[in-house]
Amino acid sequence: MLHTILQLTLLLVSLSMLGLIYRLIKGPTTPDRVVALDAIGINLIAIIALVSMLLDTFAFLEVILLLGILAFIGTVAFSKFLEKGEIIERDRDH
Amino acid sequence: MTEIIRFLIGFLLIVGGFLSLVTAFGLLRLPDVYTRNHAASKSATLGVMSILLATFLYFYLEHGHFNSRLILAIIFIFVTAPVAGHLIARAAYHSGVKLWDKSVQDDLKNKKEYEQQNSN
Repeated sequence: MLHTILQLTLLLVSLSMLGLIYRLIKGPTTPDRVVALDAIGINLIAIIALVSMLLDTFAFLEVILLLGILAFIGTVAFSKFLEKGEIIERDRDH
Repeated sequence: MTEIIRFLIGFLLIVGGFLSLVTAFGLLRLPDVYTRNHAASKSATLGVMSILLATFLYFYLEHGHFNSRLILAIIFIFVTAPVAGHLIARAAYHSGVKLWDKSVQDDLKNKKEYEQQNSN
């Protein structure tokens, strides 16, 4: 029963991934695409958790924390680039 | 593993899958960046948190394996996902993305004009 629920949830998350990829390709503005990429990163975490439950192993659980950190850093860097035009500022310029 | 724990894990999984589907529908159907960001940052965070909680319960009660990284990941996602959403919305506004046509109020716009008048 739990196996069926796991497969059903994996199906739901994969469908939601398809919708996010549609928004990533079509999104009219760049912030739209960044929002979609952030949500894709979050959904990928869910897929890793579900697959590690389906395979019944806890070898992949480090990847979850790593992917969360990477998605956050990527989103912060991208939004800083959109807002200021550079990611790492030089103090002497101001 | 008792049956009621299985039921709880299944319930958390179904809730997580439903919420991530809600995220996708929000991103497909809402009209502008800010509403889409609203949908993405809230429901995706709650959905993935409930799926990770189900994973933690599964490994703890099925294998007796207390995985502290999953708890850390839940806390980390809970702290950082709203911050990331806020930063994207702010960057979108300052890089000049228009609001939806039917929005009625834009408080930041008045502030911008006021600052420009004061600087001139």
